[in-house]
Amino acid sequence: MAVKRQSVVLGVLLAPVTLFLGVFFLLPLCIIALFSLLTPGLYGGVEWSFYHWNYGRIFGWADGINEIFEPIYLQILWRSLSFAALTVVLTLILCYPVAFWVSRLNDRWRLVFLFLITLPFFCSLIVRLYAWLLILKPTGLLNTILLWTGLISEPLEILYTPAAVVLGMVYVMIPFMFLPLYAAVDNLDRAQVEASMDLGANRIQTFLKVILPQTLPGILGGAVIVFIPSVGNFVVPDVLGGAKGLMIGNLVEQQFLSSRNWPFGSALSMIIMGVVLTVLMVSVTRARKVSGHA
Amino acid sequence: MSALLEIRDARRTFVTPEGGRLAALDGVSLDVSANEFVTLLGPSGCGKTTLLRAISGFETLDSGTMRLGGADLTGLPPFRRPVNTVFQSYALFGHMTVARNVGYALEVAGVAKAAREAEVAEALEKVGLAGLGARKPGQLSGGQRQRVALARAIIAKPQLLLLDEPLSALDRNLRQQMQLELKTLQHSLGIAFIFVTHDQEEALTMSDRIVVMRAGQIEQIGTPRDIYRHPKNRFVAEFIGETNLMPVTIDRVDGSEALARTAEGVELRLPASGRKPGEQVTAVLRPADFTLGASGIPATVSRAVYLGSDLYVFVQPKAGGPELRVIARDTAGVEAGATVHLSHDPARVHVLEAA
Repeated sequence: MAVKRQSVVLGVLLAPVTLFLGVFFLLPLCIIALFSLLTPGLYGGVEWSFYHWNYGRIFGWADGINEIFEPIYLQILWRSLSFAALTVVLTLILCYPVAFWVSRLNDRWRLVFLFLITLPFFCSLIVRLYAWLLILKPTGLLNTILLWTGLISEPLEILYTPAAVVLGMVYVMIPFMFLPLYAAVDNLDRAQVEASMDLGANRIQTFLKVILPQTLPGILGGAVIVFIPSVGNFVVPDVLGGAKGLMIGNLVEQQFLSSRNWPFGSALSMIIMGVVLTVLMVSVTRARKVSGHA
Repeated sequence: MSALLEIRDARRTFVTPEGGRLAALDGVSLDVSANEFVTLLGPSGCGKTTLLRAISGFETLDSGTMRLGGADLTGLPPFRRPVNTVFQSYALFGHMTVARNVGYALEVAGVAKAAREAEVAEALEKVGLAGLGARKPGQLSGGQRQRVALARAIIAKPQLLLLDEPLSALDRNLRQQMQLELKTLQHSLGIAFIFVTHDQEEALTMSDRIVVMRAGQIEQIGTPRDIYRHPKNRFVAEFIGETNLMPVTIDRVDGSEALARTAEGVELRLPASGRKPGEQVTAVLRPADFTLGASGIPATVSRAVYLGSDLYVFVQPKAGGPELRVIARDTAGVEAGATVHLSHDPARVHVLEAA
């Protein structure tokens, strides 16, 4: 009886979120998956007939009649993946030492710092990216300072380059990398670090054999949280990237809003999702294996 | 023969969060011989852990020297010292198997895998954990983890093993068993042990010598019997075991015995050597030094606690003064309210010079 009552209570408690996600996440996802296999309508929308050329266009089995294979889509996908990977690596390099530094601060300064890390969330992403635009443009803050100090004689062309996109994504993603990293570093058992040194391991050995494996769940967590939104990001390349900074997110946006080719946009979306799911699964299994949770 | 470890006038001061200064080590000098079991004993905050960490290299001294086997340890990082530690929290590497934990010192020293495995098996055997090498520390009980920490610390055959309250997390039975095993292990390994504890019973059971510390200074160094029977001052007397401290004035000296009296008039007999009439001293009597009998100090039993073969009795001398604690054979008639007489052997009374 008690068990039955418990499951009823659980059901009632879970119903709202299940309903919400079902209607606003699962259902649209199914629609996108379905659309990606339908024929594009002449003026947007879809024709209800099976059509696999959406994927063919991207991966190369286009027949040249219905659709033409263009390697640019794979190139953009590859660019998105490498930009996202680069963002992960750079945020990790920036945040890892800082996480150690913050975990050693006293309580008051630690709170101040953690507040500062979350401070960007109080301001709109678009506003913050436009600030970067003002900093990076040829007559912007960065170039003005560099010209004034005499380090350069011509303004640097940073804006609307891949570098600007990666810089922007690193900037946006730093808090997402920092917080899981910090949690892992703060949880690190200081006594184990001492035990390692006590047993004759020098600082490098101790880092590789004790500190790194112990903080790996945080590194992987941060990497996943940064990688996923980075792959599909379209706001940063939209504001800071030019034609060479175009990412797959921008492509999806274009297909839905400008080109009005919903099935093709859906196919691109499904590919992003596939990539992200693969990355997620690989890192979760990897983390399980390393941290020793059988 | 010179000592294995020589510590001379070690000093270390910490700045407290309130901005004050705390002398964790205030001029500590200590020699430890090879193959000796030395216990650092004292209340928390007495500096014993700081001293241990200074030996292992995790704490630097403000001044003073430390030599191990004749070599100066100053400035040597922990990983260059031939000293290993069993940590209070065990500090086992959670992401490694037991075998890899135990073999860690050999792994980082570059010992080949085959040689390592043989030594790991031997070390696990020594601490009674043979066959558990494939487990993760999280799958072991507290006592087993303690043994893994021990095996890991002895595998590199250090000249000196430091143990930082390693038994404090174990239950009483296991702790007593481990105390005996540690002592046996220390003998068979031939390694000097420095053992930190705040548990005086533990110190008495295991040590060759006990170092009693208070407020960054050494109060007394001696064998367990020495420390127990001949404490140098009130602090040591009260910290080690149950004690009756009785401030007395010497009445007269009579051959080998001196007669003394408390302010309330309770009479005690003490060894006469060096005593002068009128002198004020403190007599130290352990609870077992009193015998309940037909003659002696008349007193009333205020409480008797049953200990099995013995009774732990609180008695109030009829003359007045503080209650005395006595361990007596469990005999009939010793119960609250009964009148008893306390006698004692004058030779068993230890005298502290200060009143």
